[in-house]
Amino acid sequence: MSAETSFSKAPPAAAVAAADFLDTRLGVAKAVKGLARKLFPDHWSFLLGEIALYSFIVILISGTFLTMFFVPSVAEVRYPMDALPVTMRGQQMSEAFASTLNMSFHVRGGLLMRQIHHWAALVFIGAIVVHMMRVFFTGAFRKPRELNYVIGFSMLIMGLLAGLTGYSLPDDVLSGNGLRITDGVVKSIPIIGSYLSYMVFGGEFPGTDTIPRMYTLHILLIPGLILAMVGAHLFLVFWHKHTQYPGPGRTHKNVVGYPLFPVYTAKAGGFFFIVFGVLALMGATMSINSVWNYGPFDPSLVSAGAQPDWYMLFLEGSLRLMPGAAEVVIGGYTLSLNVLIPAVVVPGVLFTLLGAYPFVEAFATKDTGEHHVLDRPRNVPTRTAIGVAILSAFFVLLGGGANDLLATQFQLSINAITLVFRVLFFVLPFVAFIVTKRICLGLQRKDREVSLHGHETGRVVRFASGEYIEVHQPLDEYERWIRVGHDVYRPLEIEPAEDLNGVRRPGHGKDKIRARVSQFFYQDRVEPVTPAELAAASAHGEHDALPALPADRPSEELDARVH
Amino acid sequence: MKALAASRRHRFAPVILMALALLFTGAIYAALAPNAAQADTASATDIAEGERLFITNCSTCHGMSAQGTADGPALIGVGAAAVHFQVVTGRMPMAANAPQAEAKPPQLTGEQAQQIAAYIASLGAGPSIPSDQQVDPTLGDAANGMQVFRTNCAMCHNAVGAGGALSEGKYAPALDGATATVIYEAMLTGPQSMPVFNDATLTPDEKRDVIAYLMEQRQPNPGGLDLGSFGSVSEGIWVFVVGIGLLIGAAVWIGARSS
Repeated sequence: MSAETSFSKAPPAAAVAAADFLDTRLGVAKAVKGLARKLFPDHWSFLLGEIALYSFIVILISGTFLTMFFVPSVAEVRYPMDALPVTMRGQQMSEAFASTLNMSFHVRGGLLMRQIHHWAALVFIGAIVVHMMRVFFTGAFRKPRELNYVIGFSMLIMGLLAGLTGYSLPDDVLSGNGLRITDGVVKSIPIIGSYLSYMVFGGEFPGTDTIPRMYTLHILLIPGLILAMVGAHLFLVFWHKHTQYPGPGRTHKNVVGYPLFPVYTAKAGGFFFIVFGVLALMGATMSINSVWNYGPFDPSLVSAGAQPDWYMLFLEGSLRLMPGAAEVVIGGYTLSLNVLIPAVVVPGVLFTLLGAYPFVEAFATKDTGEHHVLDRPRNVPTRTAIGVAILSAFFVLLGGGANDLLATQFQLSINAITLVFRVLFFVLPFVAFIVTKRICLGLQRKDREVSLHGHETGRVVRFASGEYIEVHQPLDEYERWIRVGHDVYRPLEIEPAEDLNGVRRPGHGKDKIRARVSQFFYQDRVEPVTPAELAAASAHGEHDALPALPADRPSEELDARVH
Repeated sequence: MKALAASRRHRFAPVILMALALLFTGAIYAALAPNAAQADTASATDIAEGERLFITNCSTCHGMSAQGTADGPALIGVGAAAVHFQVVTGRMPMAANAPQAEAKPPQLTGEQAQQIAAYIASLGAGPSIPSDQQVDPTLGDAANGMQVFRTNCAMCHNAVGAGGALSEGKYAPALDGATATVIYEAMLTGPQSMPVFNDATLTPDEKRDVIAYLMEQRQPNPGGLDLGSFGSVSEGIWVFVVGIGLLIGAAVWIGARSS
């Protein structure tokens, strides 16, 4: 027994020694202490980025496995007559495609790994988009996080490129169709298009260089860049500290949450395994990109229902919706506006809008303060409406990309669907903008109403005098803080063009633009309840009487928030 | 009874009620849904019976002696294969004047279809119904069928025959429910928007290879559920429904544990 006791005491001593070894050489104690005590606010939506991070790790692990069996070469081989699947026996194909089939049918766990890799890629970009929506609609991109937003946005673009280069590697008909479209898009760029295409593909498409080049981009360059940006992204999250949702005691100067260790490390670590588990489940039960269905690439072939992965579908939709008549010939040279506009201009506009948005909003508010408390989307109606408008255009393009499946599955005419989507692409964003903004303003009015008069209880009381009243339940301080505590922006007032002496003021032109943008953002607004209004409301009847203002939030502070 | 009354306001009560209501509706539908009309099986298979059936079921559009009218083409010389294809798949008699005659539960029995086919064949020579050996997938080469299919068929019918859209509401149907004979007849006669692949274009052996390839597609997908074989769009829908859906659910669960 005594031996056991001493054994059970030994590990702490060893751990101490190890910790001491590391601390005296690397100074880890300070870092670990700092990290472990770092506070993080708690909310499920803060885990969306983690889904992207963890699926990226799964992509790296499964991708490493795949590289051991994939041959990035377009050398012609004949698929063996005794190999699976039977439909591919004796077919002429590239080594890339043959090795993909081989790893799917003859490498133990190979198909599972391929499917996990592909599903993880779809989840990766899906999670990035959902995470980005959270950041956008809650205003988490505001100062000081604009650069981190741009890093995240760049990761989205890199993720798209990783996906494009990845699904092009197996060299099946579908991936070849995708590359052919890429080739067409590159060639549509005026003047340099064809030179650029020859540069990218190493000669006329498809050529023999494409697959090896894509391979290097896909397994080295792009993941390396994403990894570096993940590092920078997470470092900035630590550096800026995490944002938090509005609530009592939460300000732009503090962080209310749990320490990283042990609560958050346990949650985050556990979540990794959940993500891995869900991806493994999908890879094990749901087929994805069954390349043997499409067969080896042949530039002359295309099959019905050929679409790219979902994150590229909007480009496909944009191309499908564009009328072909836009192609013009000038002096014997073809200008392919029918490709250039949908595949370069439309995504260019959408992405520029998204990437530049934090700077546009900062321009409109001229607000230089730091923001660590998130907005409720309803409290920033114009931003929310812009976001929904962009999303609506994106969804129209997705529908356009799937127009043939909509036609067959819902027994509609593909021509009619295409026409409707063409109109919707221009109309729906405006409708979505107006409707969203109205809904946001309506919700704010509801908030105002509730903070002034409390919740309706449905209890109607008759007094002895015969008077009827409905009893209102006053809000508690937590509820009220959320409804009245937010920042309010008003349209900027600009200084006159000339001073008293008639001298022109420098920068007036820029200010005029700024005023107009600000007007667009903040003209329609609902002001939150002021303490004075609150006092007046509570005075008009004891049925919805409110408690006195909390001592820790004097009325001056509340007034000061309104700037 | 008291327990039931108490759980009326349970938060899952609406879900359970909805599930029960759906079950109930489904059961009622299953009991009352009209069954496909089944004509009596004729014992004699001859041209006269075929003519009688033709006059009853087809002549309104195709004319009393299959000479054609403004509403339907002449059938003299189309052959038995075309008639057999249209009738056993339920496309004829046509349900409505739609962009394309839809496949539906057949209105006439297989034997009656053979009889009408025999009658039409008697009016003029045309492709005949293939023999069982001609359409036997075990005699075909699925790998060659793959080559033939993707060169000639996949652009409308999708790489594995899941179907595809054509212009103005027309479509190339999914092939997963078609019998080998019907697939052969469709290639031979080119119904509706489909081109004719006669024996000079695709040899009978190649047609059988295509059938072998399509039958191979009915094997379970080695990767798991095939999600309708629609490729990236259905994968994209499922990644949000299953993947992102489950993970957001998990995130909500984790987020709710402490706060």
